[in-house]
Amino acid sequence: MIVRDSGSQDVRIEQHIVLARQMVRKLAVQCGLRLVDQTKLITAASELARNAVIYGGGGAMDWAILERETRTGLRLVFRDEGPGIPDLGLAMTDGWTSGSGLGLGLTGAKRLVDEFELDSAPGAGTRVTIIKWT
Amino acid sequence: MERIPILRMGDILLVTIQVDMHDQLALTLQDDLSEKIRATSARGVLIDISALDIVDSFIGRMISTISGLASIMDATTVLVGMQPAVAITLVELGLTLPGVRTALNVDRGMRLLNERADDES
Repeated sequence: MIVRDSGSQDVRIEQHIVLARQMVRKLAVQCGLRLVDQTKLITAASELARNAVIYGGGGAMDWAILERETRTGLRLVFRDEGPGIPDLGLAMTDGWTSGSGLGLGLTGAKRLVDEFELDSAPGAGTRVTIIKWT
Repeated sequence: MERIPILRMGDILLVTIQVDMHDQLALTLQDDLSEKIRATSARGVLIDISALDIVDSFIGRMISTISGLASIMDATTVLVGMQPAVAITLVELGLTLPGVRTALNVDRGMRLLNERADDES
C-alpha cells in the first residue's frame, strides 16, 4: 500500500465540521470515488468530526490518499484527546449515546465505509480510522 | 447572523436549503420556522433539500424535529428534492426519517399540501 498524499485538518469547533466535510468532498473527487461513495464517505466524516468536537473536546482529521494495486482509497483518521470510550461494545450499538444524539454516529459511519477501526480507552482519547476504496 | 430564508406562499412556508449547514444554522432554522408557523398560521411547510449533497444524522434529526413540531402546531411538513445518493446514504446510516412526509420535487410537494388543505375544507 502506497501513501500518495496526506495532510491534516483541525476539528476543534463546530465550524470545522463543515470544513472537514468540504475537505473530504474535494479529496473524494480527487480519488475518483463515484458519487454515492463520495456521499457516504462525506456523511461518515461528518458524523465522526462531530463526535470529535462534541464528545472528544476537539481534535483533528488526518487524511491520506492510498494506492493498492489498481485501487485508490481515501483514509481518514479522526483523533481526539477527550475522555475516551469506556465500553467499546456499547458504543458500537445502534441507538446508544452518551450524549443527546441519536446514537447513529459510530455505527452508521461504520456501515458507510469499507474499513473501520475504533481505538479508544478511558482517559486516552479516541481514534477512529475509516477507509473508502474506489 | 446567517439565516436560511423562509418564504411564505399563501398557507405554505417554503424553505430552500442551499448552503452546507453548520449545526448552529440548522438549530436556528428550527427556531425560526416554529416562530414563523405561529406568526403566519401556516398549514404546510415545504423543505427543499435538492441542493444538499449530504444529510447526516444531525440534519436528519433537525428535519424530524421540525416535522414533529409543525405537526403539533397543526401544519404538515413535506420534504422534497432529496438526491438519490443522499437517500441511499441515509438508509445505510440508519436514518429513515419516521413521520416525515416526502415528495420527489417541489411541484409534487405542493400538490400534497394542497390536497390536505382541500380534504379539510
